[in-house]
Amino acid sequence: MPYTGARSPSRPHRPAPPVTLALLALRRLALSLPTLALILIGLFLLLQLAPGDTVDALLASMGGGDPAQAARLRTFYGLDATVPVQLGRYLWRLVRLDLGQSAIYGKPVLDVILERLPATLLLMLSSLGLAVAGGMALGVLAARRVDGWPDTVISLLGLLFYATPSFWLGLMGIVVFAVKLAWLPAGGLQEVGTEQGGLAGVLDVARHLLLPTATLSLIFMAIYLRVMRASMLEVLGLDFVRAARAKGVTEGRVLVRHVLRNALLPVVTLIGLQGATLLGGSVVVESVFSLPGLGRLAYESVVQRDLNMLLGIVFASTLLVITVNLLVDLAYARLDPRISS
Amino acid sequence: MRLLRSWPAAIGLVLAVLVLLMALSAGWLFPRDPLGLAGRPLQWPGDNPRFWLGTDNSGRDIAAQIFHGARVSLLIGATATAIALLIGTAIGALAGYYGGWVDDALMRVTEAFQTLPNFLLLLVLVAVFGSDIRTVTLAIGLVSWPASARLTRAEFLTLREREFVAGCRTLGMGDAAIILREILPNALPPLIVYAGVVMAGAILLESALAFLGLSDPNIASWGNLIGRGRGVLRTQWYVSAIPGGAILLTVLAVSLLGQGINDALNPRLRQR
Amino acid sequence: MGRGSPEPARLRWPPLDRHATARLAVTGSMTLRPPMSAATGAGLIVENLILRLPPGADRPLALDGVSLHVDPGEVLCLVGESGSGKSLLAAAVLRLLPPGVTVAGGRVALGGTNLLSLPERDMRRIRGARVAMVFQDPSTALNPLHRVGDQVAEPFRTHTDLSRAAVQTRVLDLLAQVGLPDPAGAAAAYPHQLSGGQRQRVAIATALALEPDVLIADEPTTALDVTTQAQVLALMRDLQRRRGMALLFVTHDFGVVAEIADRVAVLQRGVLVEHGPAQQVLNHPAHPYTRALIAAVPPLAPAAPRPVSSEAILVAEGLTKTYRAGRFSRRAPVQALDRVSVTLPRGGTLGVVGESGSGKSTLARVLLRLLPPDAGTVRLDGADLLHLPRREAAQRIGMVFQDPYASLNPRRRVGDLVAQGPMLHGMARGPAFALARDLLAQVALDPAAADRFPHEFSGGQRQRIALARALALQPAVLVADEPVSALDVSVQAQVLALLAELRTRLGLSVVFVTHDLRVAGRICDRVAVMCRGVVVEEGTTEQVFLRPQHEYTQALLAAVPGRGWTPPQTPVAPAPT
Repeated sequence: MPYTGARSPSRPHRPAPPVTLALLALRRLALSLPTLALILIGLFLLLQLAPGDTVDALLASMGGGDPAQAARLRTFYGLDATVPVQLGRYLWRLVRLDLGQSAIYGKPVLDVILERLPATLLLMLSSLGLAVAGGMALGVLAARRVDGWPDTVISLLGLLFYATPSFWLGLMGIVVFAVKLAWLPAGGLQEVGTEQGGLAGVLDVARHLLLPTATLSLIFMAIYLRVMRASMLEVLGLDFVRAARAKGVTEGRVLVRHVLRNALLPVVTLIGLQGATLLGGSVVVESVFSLPGLGRLAYESVVQRDLNMLLGIVFASTLLVITVNLLVDLAYARLDPRISS
Repeated sequence: MRLLRSWPAAIGLVLAVLVLLMALSAGWLFPRDPLGLAGRPLQWPGDNPRFWLGTDNSGRDIAAQIFHGARVSLLIGATATAIALLIGTAIGALAGYYGGWVDDALMRVTEAFQTLPNFLLLLVLVAVFGSDIRTVTLAIGLVSWPASARLTRAEFLTLREREFVAGCRTLGMGDAAIILREILPNALPPLIVYAGVVMAGAILLESALAFLGLSDPNIASWGNLIGRGRGVLRTQWYVSAIPGGAILLTVLAVSLLGQGINDALNPRLRQR
Repeated sequence: MGRGSPEPARLRWPPLDRHATARLAVTGSMTLRPPMSAATGAGLIVENLILRLPPGADRPLALDGVSLHVDPGEVLCLVGESGSGKSLLAAAVLRLLPPGVTVAGGRVALGGTNLLSLPERDMRRIRGARVAMVFQDPSTALNPLHRVGDQVAEPFRTHTDLSRAAVQTRVLDLLAQVGLPDPAGAAAAYPHQLSGGQRQRVAIATALALEPDVLIADEPTTALDVTTQAQVLALMRDLQRRRGMALLFVTHDFGVVAEIADRVAVLQRGVLVEHGPAQQVLNHPAHPYTRALIAAVPPLAPAAPRPVSSEAILVAEGLTKTYRAGRFSRRAPVQALDRVSVTLPRGGTLGVVGESGSGKSTLARVLLRLLPPDAGTVRLDGADLLHLPRREAAQRIGMVFQDPYASLNPRRRVGDLVAQGPMLHGMARGPAFALARDLLAQVALDPAAADRFPHEFSGGQRQRIALARALALQPAVLVADEPVSALDVSVQAQVLALLAELRTRLGLSVVFVTHDLRVAGRICDRVAVMCRGVVVEEGTTEQVFLRPQHEYTQALLAAVPGRGWTPPQTPVAPAPT
């Protein structure tokens, strides 16, 4: 609401009332629908170019079959129709959240995905949390002592982590912590054989997730560190920081009250942009650590040519990324009052 | 050179030269097929003077694979980066300059590519088109263009409003001439810096793909070696460690060089 | 402190006394003091201040032994061009120098205490409490993420332990004092919801919160519109008089100096060349630099009318342009031009004056065919300008824009830039370059400049290059959008003189868009005044300046700072910079 300067009863202006946030969310969702459609249609068409389809994969896993059997299976799966018809049917099924059958597992794709989703979510959330927290803290530290030795060390470490391939870092982590030191398990989500519930179960999962989380988060921590540092340095040079100092505010308060929140804005935007990359990174990390998540499922689908499953995973990942982007946009709107007006 | 004034850039340059030398001398130092069986498998580095870095689980010379791998990485990295930048710059320039529905449509496509995790898309492309090295390089390029498109678009959006562009329009210059001869040279510096980031990403993508066994098995890629070393990780961990270190150094070199170029270009900008 | 108590003249203050402010809390709201004599607070004394710049700067010392003083109750204007060091002096008083700039000598005394030798803790207690600062750009001097009220309350929270309610009362009181009509609404708003003038008032309120002895204002009105500037200046002077503060006002605008200064100090590249009472310095400047600066200020009076043809070369009629907001934006559409009609006599100069948002820049862009209008026609020499083929239009109308740093492609050599136009129209490279060198000489630049890049030239020189470039196609009409607004006043005078000479020699007709009425008076034959997309008045310069009809024009003329002062005119030295 604009400040008109007219005499009005003292009515405090709120930055982003719930109604506006909801509207923002709806608007964002509406804008993502074309993107979703584009991705799905594009991929479906792409997969039509694949040599061999689900039926071939099925026959291969059954040990081969004759052309007549293949033709019957194709009719059964509806793969003998023309491409536009198939596309139409496919989109219609998607809307009803029917993702088809997995050729490998013999179960509905949706079920398999939902089984594997928790592991991936857990990994992503913990990695994101660690990366953001660590990156912010280190970035602030580096910016405060710019060009001093803490800054140099931190920037160097950041560069090193950024340049390290995540799978190699994971492997080396396994060598050091699981093989040589035997502190942490080398893979899997829980101890095989034991079904621990309650607190012991949680701790067990946490122990198993420690290495994978550290591996995945270090790369992104390096990125957030660099952006936070650059953002802090930029904000520190802005006029209102100087104005705050001119009011006699102590350096610590200047940092916390004035610099930090403004410097956070680009980092928050970045989290949204990196959502997809994080998911992609989990493919490799899950493979290294044998975690039962979506990423490894994607890898298996590629190797075993389970195209239905692959499409289903793509659908799920896109939804995931869109959700992350939405949450990030809302967070940004909360932080920055200029957005909602 | 001004590039060498900052020590990170100097280190980057040294490393880059090192990797380049490795790539160039590979054919001369290790003339035989690096993927050919050379000796007893799983010898540690230093055990046998013939094999500086030991042998892997199939008995192949690791040092040969490292040197030839440098060639592979640099080649794939450079080519994929070129493809990505070409596509990205073209799309970003058109979107940024024309705005309106052109911008909307192109940005939708860009957003679609960015919403889909790029590694997943890479997997799909490899699944559809195979693992031949040419296909892999093209796929990596196709997956890496969105960021440079956004960067170019942002540059064009800013530069389009600059008064010197208005001046050119008043002189009667056409759109194509303005885009190519006036705006693009000014938009290039941040893009050149960004090329370093793209190349680093391309090298990492290829090695990740190779590690999973989805890249071309007939080339001496570092990622392939790491993947093969996974089986003997508990005992002969050097098989995986050494090529990973090589990747690390190469990506470090490329990133530092990019940063160095950025810093070298900035003082001149500040002077303006 | 507190109203009505017979307070003796204040003695030397130690760094802020918390007991004193506690007393403040007890005595009630902090209303205005009764008008006091000059000797109430402490004054500021700068003695022999030397500031060193980092290596690589254009000179080793930012300030070389500058001494000045501001007494309580008086206004000292510190004047200088860009690069004179005036802003650094203001920053040095508060010890808020940018990294790399260091104090190499001298002292800054506030009522006897040397501020430069205080430990940082004590200095912080002085900042905002006894010495306060108002910055130049109101849109960046407020934290965009905090409410206005919180920012005005910050000095209280930092220096006093008043309760929240007490602070809130004072904040509202302050916002009312600076003339904001709805203090409660303003306090709850965010900075982006306020206009530029309102934000600057907020900044002033914040600075005055703890009744400082000294107020330093660093070009506080430069970024504001003329009418807003007049209001803010009046507000500052009023508040300063009533509180008996010492006001150090940094500016480059002699009109502002004439409006509010008691005393003037003139800074040239780090050296104080003249200081004295305002009347004396403004009307009888002693130092040659001051004389040159003042002579370069155009008087707010129409120049001697020159013979201008009565036939029109450019006729714009009924131009309308509305900026529609985007699909999802909530902003209302902006009517930039509303049936605007102007006439440019052949060989004459038409000034289009107005404040920001008046539509004058939009008009310039429409005339240059950079923006298609929604309705209306433009006829140049009888031809329909808006529908001519691109190349033909380019040969008839040329442009010079405001920002000398953005109007030349930094990657092209100057010769390329000037020859670009003719080459586009088919001239061969050789003759085009020869033409370019000739044009550079005409704008008083060395023809060898053709081989250099734009960043090697100063702002004034770049505007000359822009002029050469615009004239390369020999247009009949030149459209200049604020061509001298970004230049120092002495350089401004030179470029205006060049423009005047060129238009006579080449028979140019010029459309001159500006917000600066002094400049318009000096160079324009006719003036059109625009307000919110409408031409409210048009006539000869003499008519508009001496007998304004419309109330907006009258208000505009009344708001020009220093309008009552006529700068003593001495001939301007022709050396181009």
